[in-house]
Amino acid sequence: MIIMGLYNYWIVVVLMMIGFYIVIAHGNLIKKMVGLTIFQTSVFIFYISMAKVDGGTAPILADDVNLYSNPLPHVLILTAIVVGIATTALGLALVVRIKEAYGSIEEEVIQTQYNRDQNSLNKENKTC
Amino acid sequence: MLAHLPVLQVIVPLLAAPLCLMLRRPRLVWLFSLLVSTCTFLISILLLQQVMVSGTVIYELGGWEAPWGIEYRIDKLSAYLLLIISAISTVILLAAQVSIEKEISEDKQTLFYVLYLLFLTGMLGIIATGDAFNVFVFLEISSLSAYALIALGNDRRALWASFQYLIMGTIGATFILIGIGMMYQMTGTLNMADLSERLPELSQTRTVFAAFTFVIVGICLKLALFPLHLWLPNAYAYAPSIVTSIFAATATKVTIYLLIRFTFSVFGLSFSFTTLPLQILFMVLGLLGVFVASTTAIYQKNVKHLFAYSSIAQIGYIIVGFSISTVSGLTATLLHVFNHALMKGALFLALGAVMYRIGSVQLSQFQGLGRQMPFTMAAIVIGGLSLIGVPLTVGFVSKWYLLMALIEKGWWHVALLILLGSLLAIVYVWRIIEMAYFKPSLAGRESIKEAPMSFLTPIWILVLANIYFGIDTRLSVQVAQAAAQSLFGVSP
Repeated sequence: MIIMGLYNYWIVVVLMMIGFYIVIAHGNLIKKMVGLTIFQTSVFIFYISMAKVDGGTAPILADDVNLYSNPLPHVLILTAIVVGIATTALGLALVVRIKEAYGSIEEEVIQTQYNRDQNSLNKENKTC
Repeated sequence: MLAHLPVLQVIVPLLAAPLCLMLRRPRLVWLFSLLVSTCTFLISILLLQQVMVSGTVIYELGGWEAPWGIEYRIDKLSAYLLLIISAISTVILLAAQVSIEKEISEDKQTLFYVLYLLFLTGMLGIIATGDAFNVFVFLEISSLSAYALIALGNDRRALWASFQYLIMGTIGATFILIGIGMMYQMTGTLNMADLSERLPELSQTRTVFAAFTFVIVGICLKLALFPLHLWLPNAYAYAPSIVTSIFAATATKVTIYLLIRFTFSVFGLSFSFTTLPLQILFMVLGLLGVFVASTTAIYQKNVKHLFAYSSIAQIGYIIVGFSISTVSGLTATLLHVFNHALMKGALFLALGAVMYRIGSVQLSQFQGLGRQMPFTMAAIVIGGLSLIGVPLTVGFVSKWYLLMALIEKGWWHVALLILLGSLLAIVYVWRIIEMAYFKPSLAGRESIKEAPMSFLTPIWILVLANIYFGIDTRLSVQVAQAAAQSLFGVSP
């Protein structure tokens, strides 16, 4: 009963952990962005779920509707979705630039080149 | 007009940002941004005056009464931080034109100012607003522009640093969002003043605990509190010099404001420090931050990296003051927020001048610069002394207050550790001084001249401020003390 009653919240937690895991574990930058989006989406579901009022309808102004869900979290999450889209767009734009600069979108490859940049600079300084 | 100051503080840079796109010519856009930043500075002075004379200023957006509408609430703490942020931003913008011209390609210069103003908007907004969800929105405005600003760096490593920051920053912001959601779920309100009235009776529920944890972890990620600091050094090191200066001087300060705001005002002192072991946790993390980051700073080859690690150490000091949770401890924290903004603003701007002349900030390239760029290097020396906490600089004032607060509480051992931490700062500052003054200049570098006047002026404004506020502490101490007292509910 408790599990079914909190069904939405279980989904939120599962999605959140899936997203979080992908961000941490995957080396592919696009996959990281996907993980980040899933992570953010779980929070959207969390907000929408908490707005639900038992037996309530959609928050529309009509004569025969007395009980409706709380519209405020819907509005809040609309803002958060916009923020999420902006983040995803910016992240993907960065991935494009990273691909141009490093020729790869795999974290390991980038990190090796990054470290090489760092070391070559230090050596250069020692010689001069 | 005066009644609308709180909203003007935020809306002026917000509206100015897209206008920059229409002006197009970089030099014109620079002048315009400088004008806008100066306006926000003047507004913040007026606001501070208003708050100190007549108490908290409340502004209802669109005339909707709180808690239904969003309200902007400027108390002493917010007025104090608004002043720091807008003042530092204006001084740094003075140097922006010369530095940006050199470091960013011409087609992107206008966009730089757009992002800069948006970043400023986000930070001022976080401080001005009295609504928890609004905080998240402004946090994301400033963060998104921050990611883009870092990616403007010339080096390809800037892109990777920016991407890593984006991942960490978004996780942090989403944590804060979850926390705010849980708070709303329990109380049905997003207004901070309203939340602080309703949360105490619910303080024993697990949801409120979870909300608090999410918010604090999220803020600490953004704050780069040890051990969540990994994104910071690279983001600072490869961003354009001006961006590094504004980040180091202001961005972490705003997150410290958020930490104070949520622990003191929203959740309340007794919940944050008595129910939860936050005091000991922050104390340990702060001290670890001081030692680990200072030691790491000693081994850095890139001076920007060096000062970035030193920033993490300074955040440690700030957090130690915060964890004492007494009026004098919080005063020390707020003072160090102000003083650290002055020090790091001056230091990173001076590094920008070095970058402008020799195109690198590797420590080995600093050889003999003491003679070739005397004014710039003198600024770094004074900034460094301030970082160590030498008397007659601002660093001394805040360390003094921090030690006093610790001794007042009877924590002698922590006070000793703080002094030891300052010794580490001597080592890393000395490495730069030794390189710049006691080594012969590199071959083929005879033509290196002092940085241009337009660069030196803002650097020296900040350096002189470092000295001035180290001697005449009336303004900074008075306001910090008043802000700390009002947070503890003590009438001054």
